[in-house]
Amino acid sequence: MSGFHHHDHKHENSSSLTDIETRVKALESVLVSKGLVEREAINAIIEHFENKVGPHIGARVIARAWVSPDFKRLLLADATKTINDDADFPEVGQHLIAIENTDEIHNVVVCTLCSCYPWDILGLPPVWYKSAPYRSRIVRNPRAVLKEFGLDLSDDNKIRIWDSTAETRYLVIPRRPIGTESYSEGELANLVTRDSMIGTSEIPSARGVDSNG
Amino acid sequence: MDNIHDLGGMEGFGPVLPEFDEPTFHAEWEGRMLGLQRSILFLGLWNLDIFRYAQEKIHPTDYLKWSYYERWAHTMIATALEKGLVTPEELKYGAGDNSHLVNVNRAFTSKHLRAAFVRGNFERNSDSEPLYSIGDVVMTRNIQIPGHTRLPRYAREKLGTVIAVRGRHVFPDAVVNEGVEDPQWLYTIEFQGAELWGDSVDPMIFNLIDAFEPYLERP
Repeated sequence: MSGFHHHDHKHENSSSLTDIETRVKALESVLVSKGLVEREAINAIIEHFENKVGPHIGARVIARAWVSPDFKRLLLADATKTINDDADFPEVGQHLIAIENTDEIHNVVVCTLCSCYPWDILGLPPVWYKSAPYRSRIVRNPRAVLKEFGLDLSDDNKIRIWDSTAETRYLVIPRRPIGTESYSEGELANLVTRDSMIGTSEIPSARGVDSNG
Repeated sequence: MDNIHDLGGMEGFGPVLPEFDEPTFHAEWEGRMLGLQRSILFLGLWNLDIFRYAQEKIHPTDYLKWSYYERWAHTMIATALEKGLVTPEELKYGAGDNSHLVNVNRAFTSKHLRAAFVRGNFERNSDSEPLYSIGDVVMTRNIQIPGHTRLPRYAREKLGTVIAVRGRHVFPDAVVNEGVEDPQWLYTIEFQGAELWGDSVDPMIFNLIDAFEPYLERP
């Protein structure tokens, strides 16, 4: 039962990080030189994921759902259409599904088979989301994993674990924190964290916090 | 195929370790890798399902050892060679050989960025009716095929309830294993934790998967 033996035959293929970096660069150069891929287009993709798309988009959608019951109802019915019908938000892909946390039910999202994640609304997933510990454990022992994230749910809370096994993508609508009644939509958006939209955290209560900063 | 990618429910991996203030990319090449991957998908020689299956075939030791983008890089290069997008010589010299003709009739340019940013639509129109409705109790099949499937092994031969019908979608198993889209109705199925993990599991946990109709039968 030694993994080392299994691995021996693969020495030629298994490369160090530097080798892989070189090979990726070589592949890009080949495709660019053959006119199949434009280098500027690759640059634009990097720029998009580094600077344009990210959890701030999801956060604005969540804040809107908190202040507008109509928007929330539509979001829960068809998140893609509702977001795309609203000029305030960038276009998102098909079959985005919003799921709402309540006092009784907590939702958390995973992709056990690979790394499916709602990129167009949350940006690229964090490394932990794609890691073996998260993918293996959250489906079976969610309360313990959530506790490691600092989320200590009551034993009475029902936990729903959504495994993204198809081309559907899930967005958690976290509970609106207590004490934010006077907050504007923009102030609310600033409170919404990436992890709260994956379901591995909640947003702390703002009680006692001066909303004027 | 039953390889290490199908991680749901395995034990022994230790705690989840979130990284404080995590950067979008941990090295410059990871960004280039991502941009290249999105660009190549546009060329149409292979799609995401085929790319996922290529990762499922990675040796389990490597799968766990490699970072996410290393897995992508190894898989992308192997697939590019396999599908004839590049030759080993081109890759070695990092320069295109114009005598090597690629069976691709489009290029990825700045005009096509939307395709890289917005996920494709995998739903297909249909005259057929879904076999199951919300509230139906269904049994997942014991699918153990050598190729690609999106039914995780933790959810094989388990009783669950249909909670949503998501439309008729391209069937990844058929895309990879047979080279056809063969669209199928897609359902969200909810299982009680104990059905999957035994009686000792937390009674308040419920697992959900998206399951294509061929994964299901009436109990």
